[in-house]
Amino acid sequence: MAENSERLRRTMMFVPGNNPAMVKDAGIYGADSIMFDLEDAVSLAEKDAARVLVYEALQTQDYEGAELVVRVNGIDTPFYHNDVRAMVKAGIDVIRLPKVESAQMIKDLVKDVAAAEKEFGREAGSTHVMAAIESAKGVLNVPEIAAASDRMIGVALSAEDYTTDMKTHRYPDGAELEFARNMVLHAARAAGIAAFDTVFTNMDDTEGFYRETRYIHQLGFDGKSLVNPRQIKMVNSVYEPTAKEIANARNVINAIAEAKLKGSGVISMNGQMVDRPVVLRAQRVMRLAKASHLVDEEGNDIEE
Amino acid sequence: MEIKQTALAGTLESSDIQIMLSKGTDGIKVTLDSAVEKQFGDQIRDLITKTLQALDITAANVKAVDKGALDCVIKARTIAAAQRALGTTDQPAWEVF
Repeated sequence: MAENSERLRRTMMFVPGNNPAMVKDAGIYGADSIMFDLEDAVSLAEKDAARVLVYEALQTQDYEGAELVVRVNGIDTPFYHNDVRAMVKAGIDVIRLPKVESAQMIKDLVKDVAAAEKEFGREAGSTHVMAAIESAKGVLNVPEIAAASDRMIGVALSAEDYTTDMKTHRYPDGAELEFARNMVLHAARAAGIAAFDTVFTNMDDTEGFYRETRYIHQLGFDGKSLVNPRQIKMVNSVYEPTAKEIANARNVINAIAEAKLKGSGVISMNGQMVDRPVVLRAQRVMRLAKASHLVDEEGNDIEE
Repeated sequence: MEIKQTALAGTLESSDIQIMLSKGTDGIKVTLDSAVEKQFGDQIRDLITKTLQALDITAANVKAVDKGALDCVIKARTIAAAQRALGTTDQPAWEVF
């Protein structure tokens, strides 16, 4: 769980599950998580073919250490059970369930995942799950959903369905998503799991994409779902710590090391006591700095 | 297993392979159209044949149009076409996956 909540999840890239060119190349863009889609990106007639294509790709392709996620078809569809079984057999990291409206749906999914792990001889508990929140009901129930299972690694807001359910649509300023974003984020934090913001689909509006990404970064989201690999660099640049933040974080880390060396339980920096939230923030800044290739494994600056 | 109907899987897009399966009487016959026929033709035909045999198909005519598919794609499209031809898409042959 600890490793899970600390893992960087700035970018979750959607990959249409029946497109061999995109499925095979998904690892080259540097996304933190890759989400193969068996649901909306695949037509009804191709559900069987997409499932086996993603399965076979997972057996042979190298995805460069990215977290591998599959969005299965909804619980109420005839494709759901075989999607879950195939992906558990394939050893997927995370199964993302669409249109989650209650904790019971996650509990049902977890039961099916556990049964599939047994059926295919996979380690019990090795398959994680996450929920996509796409309706008013889902938003109102998200605290229970986020805490529904130890296997949960995150919750994602899906704004297209949600805004339709709310009898509105998406606006550039995102005011229509304010409540949902804060609910999803708080539920995730309270449960100790990741929060993913919705996709931004207008590829021509670069300024709008940056504005939205800066906003959700400020709120505290782990990252964003993406539909285009070009957006990965853009999100990472927003999450990249500044030189000042890195210098400050390094001072905190050094102060911890010094306190350990002295055998002192109290960490002090410039005569001030450093408390736990400051330490946690510093550690996250250093993780982001490493991921952005601004510092090396030891935390030293990498010269440009 | 006997092929019940002619079935198709895959597209003609780059990195894909389109596989058409129909009833055959004389073993598995693969007709392949590929830009890499010279280098990889035997390997592609072999992979399609082995995958069909694993599904207990002993006789079939296969028409394959390759657009530069990797082995995992060839295998996936062959399985998809075969399960459609057998009418078993709802009961995936997990042991062949």
